[in-house]
Parts: sequence; C-alpha cells; structure tokens
Amino acid sequence: MSDAVLAIENLTVALPSWADRAHAVDGVSLEVLRREILCVVGESGSGKSVMAKAILRLLPEPHVRVTGGRVMYESQDLLTLPPAGIRAIRGGRIAMIFQEPMVALNPLMTVGRQTDEIIEVHTALRPAQRRQRVIEVFGDVRLPEPERILKSYPHELSGGQRQRVMIAMALALEPALIIADEPTTALDVTTQAQILRLLKELQARHGTAILFITHDFGVVAEIADRVAVMRQGKLVEQGQAGDVLERPQHAYTQALVAAVPSLSPRHLIGARSGAASGRPLLAVAGVSKTYSGRGGAFSLRRRRVPAVAGVSLEIGKGCSLALVGESGSGKSTLARCIVGLERADGGAILLEGSDVAGLSRARLRPYRKILQMIFQDPFASLNPRWRVGDIIAQGPIVNGTPRKTAHEEAAELLRLVGLDPKAANRYPHEFSGGQRQRIGIARALAVKPKLIIADEPVSALDVSVQKQVLELLDDLRRAFDLSMLFITHDLRVAAHVCEEIAVMKDGVIVERGATADVFAKPRHEYTKALLAAVPGRDWQLKTLAARKLC
Amino acid sequence: MQSFWRRFFNNPRVALSLVWLTFIVAVAVAAPLLAPTSPFAIVAKPFSPPFGEFLLGTDSLGRSLLAGLIHGARTSLLIAILATLAAVAFGTCVGAIAGFYGGIVDDLLMRISEFFQTIPSFIFAIVLVAILAPSGSSLVIAIATVSWPPIARVVRGEVLTIKAREFVQAAIVAGQRDMPILVGQVLPNALSPLIVTGSLLVANAILIESALSFLGLGAPDLMSWGFQIGAGRAFLRDAWWLVTVPGVAILLTVLSINLVGEGLNDALNPRLRDL
Repeated sequence: MSDAVLAIENLTVALPSWADRAHAVDGVSLEVLRREILCVVGESGSGKSVMAKAILRLLPEPHVRVTGGRVMYESQDLLTLPPAGIRAIRGGRIAMIFQEPMVALNPLMTVGRQTDEIIEVHTALRPAQRRQRVIEVFGDVRLPEPERILKSYPHELSGGQRQRVMIAMALALEPALIIADEPTTALDVTTQAQILRLLKELQARHGTAILFITHDFGVVAEIADRVAVMRQGKLVEQGQAGDVLERPQHAYTQALVAAVPSLSPRHLIGARSGAASGRPLLAVAGVSKTYSGRGGAFSLRRRRVPAVAGVSLEIGKGCSLALVGESGSGKSTLARCIVGLERADGGAILLEGSDVAGLSRARLRPYRKILQMIFQDPFASLNPRWRVGDIIAQGPIVNGTPRKTAHEEAAELLRLVGLDPKAANRYPHEFSGGQRQRIGIARALAVKPKLIIADEPVSALDVSVQKQVLELLDDLRRAFDLSMLFITHDLRVAAHVCEEIAVMKDGVIVERGATADVFAKPRHEYTKALLAAVPGRDWQLKTLAARKLC
Repeated sequence: MQSFWRRFFNNPRVALSLVWLTFIVAVAVAAPLLAPTSPFAIVAKPFSPPFGEFLLGTDSLGRSLLAGLIHGARTSLLIAILATLAAVAFGTCVGAIAGFYGGIVDDLLMRISEFFQTIPSFIFAIVLVAILAPSGSSLVIAIATVSWPPIARVVRGEVLTIKAREFVQAAIVAGQRDMPILVGQVLPNALSPLIVTGSLLVANAILIESALSFLGLGAPDLMSWGFQIGAGRAFLRDAWWLVTVPGVAILLTVLSINLVGEGLNDALNPRLRDL
C-alpha cells in the first residue's frame, strides 16, 4: 500500500438535477503507484475528467460536488483539507496539465512569468534563482532557445510549444504526481507523438507518477503502464496495459478496443480506379486560395496566408479519396472551395466536365444536386429549431420536390441510416452525437448526390460511435454507388474508408496513391512521419500480425 | 420549453412584476369603462386632497387625478409598445442584413447606426418631436428612431455568430436562397437575446415618453403620466400627490418591465446565471 502516491477511495461526485444522470463519478476506487503512468480511458461522459478535477477540488461547485469517498495523498484526505492546505498541494505536489493549452495559459502574460509565478508562490527562491529554474525546466521539455521562449506570449508559440510550456509548469516544482487531462487531444498527430515521447521520457527521468486521462486506446498503447477503463462514472476494468489491450476482460473494454480503427489499409475494389471509368466525376486542377486579412487597424499592408496552393486531384465515379493532413494544411479550405462555400482564387473545378469554380451562389444551384457535404460538428450542423424531418427534406424541397414527397423520402432516409422514421418529428437536441451525424448523412443523401464531401465527419465522435458511422458511410457508398472525398486528420480512419489517399501539407498535395501502396511504401518524408506518429502503431501492427496467424 | 416557463414563473421578482404589469395592462385596456368621462374634464374644485370625493384627489384645474392616471396608463403603454415594435422591426432588419452580408454593406449600415448613437438620444427625440409637431404618432416615431441602434447591434452580433455555424453552411450547400436562410435558419436562433433587449426597450420607451410629456412635448389630446407630473410640479409643496402618484406609477412599471426582462434573460440562459 505504501507504494501508492495517490489513493482514490470510493469517490462519488454528484451532478446537478438537470443532468442526465445522478452521479458523474460513482464509487470509483483507484490507486496511482509511484513511478507509473496510469491511463484512465473512457468515452465522453464517462466521468474521467470530473474525477481528475475532483482530486484537486477544481469542480464547479456547488452544482457538481463530491458526495462521498476519500482522496488520500500522503495520508491526508485532499477532500477535507482546509483551503490553504489544498493550495499548497495544487501545483506544488500535484500538478495538472489541461487539454487546451491556448485556453489554460494567460494570454496577457509571458510564459516565462507564468512559470515563474508558480515557483514564486510555492518556494522562497530569489528571482535570479527562479529564472534559472524556469530556464532549466524549459530546457527539460525541449523548448528551443529557452531564453527567448521565456519572453514569449502564448499566441507567439505553436500548439506543441504551448503544451510543452504547460508540462514545464507542471514539472517546475518536481511534483509527486501529474494529472494530465487529455493533454494531446487538441494537437496534431506528429506533435502528439512528440509530446507523448517527451512525457514518457520525463517521467522515467524524474520518477513522477502520471495520471493520464484519454479517450484514445492508441495513446494508451503508447504510454500506459496500467490502464483503468471508465464507463458512465463507474470503473469497469483495470490492469496492466499489456493485459487490458491484448486480453480485455469486460465486454465494454473489448468493444472499445475493437472499435479503434485499424491501420490495415483497404485495397482497390476491382477495376474501379478513377482513370478506368473515363471522365472523372470531379476534377480539380491547380486550385489555389489565399486568405488576406487586414494586418491591423492602420496597416496598409495586407497579411496574405496561402491556404491552398495549386492542388490538383480527380475522383472517378464510385471512387473514394481520403484527403489527409494536419490542421492548417488547407484540406478543409479545399473542400469548401469545391462545394462553393469559398471562392477559389485560381484553377478549375470540373464537376462532370463543367467548371464550377468562381460561380456565384445562384449559378451554382443546379450543381448542388450532384454534390453534397457532411459536416464535422454534429451539434452545430443541425438547426436546433427545426424538426429533423424538415432538416432532411430541406434540400429536395429547395430543388423543387413537392413537400409531401420530400417528407416521405426523409422518413425513408432515416430508416436507411438506422434511425426510427418517427424521429422526423423530433428536434436535434433529443439525439446523441452519433445519431445527429446519421441525420447529417441523411440530409446529404436527400438530394441523391453523386459525390459526397465529408469534412472530418467522425472526429467529434467517440470511437465506438465512430466505427458505426464509418460502417454506415461505407454501406451507403456501395448501395448508391457514391463517390466520396473524405477529409480527415486521422490516417487510421482514412485507411478504413478510402481506397485512395492524398496527403496534404502546407496547401499542396505531397503524396498520392492507392491507400495500400502509400501505407506499405510511403515515398514522401512527411507521409513517413505521419505514419510513424499514429498513436499505438506498434500495438496495432502486433495485433494485426497476431490475427493473421490465427 | 416547460422548464423555461417553470424557471420564469418561479422567480419571485418576475411573479410580482407580472402581477403589477397585468394590473396596469388591464387598467389600460378597460380605461373607458373605469373612467368614462374625459380625463381632461373639470370635475371638482382644484386641489382636493386624496381619499375625498375622488380617490386620488384633483389637480390644479380640478381634473380627477385617478381618471388621468387610468388614461395615462393607456397612453404610456400604447406609445411605448408601438415604438418598441417599430424599433425592433427596423433594428432587426438593419442588423440582420449587416451581419449576414458583411463587407461594405455591414460597414455602411453600422456607420449609420453609429451616427444615430453619437447624438444624445433624448435631445434627438426632443428635436424630432419639435420638427414633427407633438402628437401620438410623432412620439412613436421619435422614440423608435432613437431606440433602434442597440437592437441592430445585438441582432448583428448574433447573426455573425450563427452565420458561421455549420447548419447555415448546410443550407447554402442544399441550395437555399439567402432570404429563406436568413429568415428561416438564422433569425429564429437569434430570438432569445432579441426578446430580452426588446423587453428592456419598452421600459426605456416609457421613460422617454414620460420625459417628453413632462416637457410639454407629448400628444396634446392624450393624458399621460409624464404630463401629469409636469402639470403638478409647480405645486409640489401644496399638493404633493399630484407628482408623487404618477411618479410612483412610472417607477413601478419601469421597474417591473426591467425585472421581467432580467427574468427572461435568466430563464432563457439558465447556465449563465448558475455557473
């Protein structure tokens, strides 16, 4: 028992009366051992973040409050400590790293001063010594030129650098335990891989225990010593990382592990490559888009940001192409140019042979029936004040289908995407994220398009739901012989749904080919880096190999 | 929606305010029945104190204060509500178009609304009434003219954020035209701040109307609370009730409307208040 840094005993956290369940955390007991990384895994709403916040008493009381249990740290209960006592522990003995470093850092203070402040509050060190210590920890987390970074404001740093600063702040006082709440979720894959490597290395060097909250089993495979799986506030399984990942006991864990999209690429189906079927459905040639913003109130020079710089691609009938890239690579801008939400500066967008680039909204209207879009955020993409049936029937009605027929078709579409046709009379807020995304898919299909552009359609969903939605998309694609341009940042998802893949970086396509070929023999450096950065890659390859043996 | 009404009515301040407002509206509607004679008719000797022959006494010309108060409620509420409706309608149009189209249209419309906001609103209202000649309709026009810019700004801000949401983009991709998108998709989602701002505007309109009437710029043929205070202010020492009673009526009504507006805000955005 003496080996535990932190012992959570029977912790229960109550939710306010308007929430959908009574307890966010329900009787959870956990121990974080010395020198280990314990991963708490769960889908959204599993209570994992609330549990982490409860440890340091950061809950939004009185609405969300602890109603039972103890959190023992060095034989004192953190939940009953007086305010001064818990303040000494926060930051000093137990530090926390948050998900979104841009929000967690104060935008008006230099990051050096923010780190310095922590040392100032907790120790009696003199300014010169503190500065020395800050430079030391900045060097520790591999920030380039610590002296310069010290004087930077958060907005001057990249996302990865900001998260490194957060880690430096957590490390500044050599805490016994670091609580990391989804610290890499907001980062790009390559940055995420670097941060995970850094955390593991620092943990080994300093011997700090880490309580790591995540939803991604890939991340777990990369970093965890032990794993605890949470579902709806309850702990369903815990054990050594290897055991849980390879031989999950609980049915829920098994489902979660199975839902992680596998890295095995799809193969081309028959002779369905774009070139074979004559004229491609969509051909994009040399499209570019540069955003220009005002530099400042009085600046004459305009800031120009090239988002897409001369991209060409084509999609044949019934083919699907995954456009993969990290944030800022221009993949979404390209999609918005193709559907006409954004006007391309140059180049041609040929839809069934006719150029739609630069057409006005009114002139584009006839082409809407060929081309539809599925959006990323299932919560923002449905009008909260419209009934589901009206949302789906909207497109056909605009295009001249009689109202009654359109609604009948909407009910049919709902059945097709796996929802009850009666759902047509309800409002979007009555549905879960996955169900809403199904409604979004039904809406896109309503005008019977030939090409669907899906902009990160599953990135806002939990893995288990993600899998179902991807399977649905796949089935529908076959059933309607649809072409699809699938935009994603996740190579695993791309591998799962598309036969062809195009990798985009800084506004240009750096590599393009059949998914299987790209995965087997990536040619461009960046593609190699992306593939190497996929979290849990080794674990997946191992399980794949094991499966093949069977 | 049910929880909205529960939150709204369970607020004691809202409940009390609603009781008062219901009372005032009932009085205003039933004014010809409650006080059949003209409020300008001389009915007794001047300065008779309250609780005599007339419940609230008479003014310097011998007109019943109560009759004036009853008809005044009618004038004040009618002018305030009409002016607010006009301001909300105009402000919503301007704000929605500015927010939805952006660019030069936005710049132009917002500079115009700023032009209106830079003129001290009450002085502007006085000038407008003076130019248009005092009457009920010119009061409505003057109050609406000085009240629409805040509405336009609120609506523009809401439209700007809603326009960026994906369901609006989905409507564009579906091929819907601009006006149906603006009216059918965007504006319904901007309703709650609009309702709150609009309700607070009614209180403001009552105050402007009273102040204009106090200065003698009200509608000459309509009795109003501001006019009563203006007429009674010279006799404050001898006949305190002439000023106090309509003053309290204005105070309670404006306070009630503000509390209801605040209650609406709390009920429409429950999380904002709780967390």
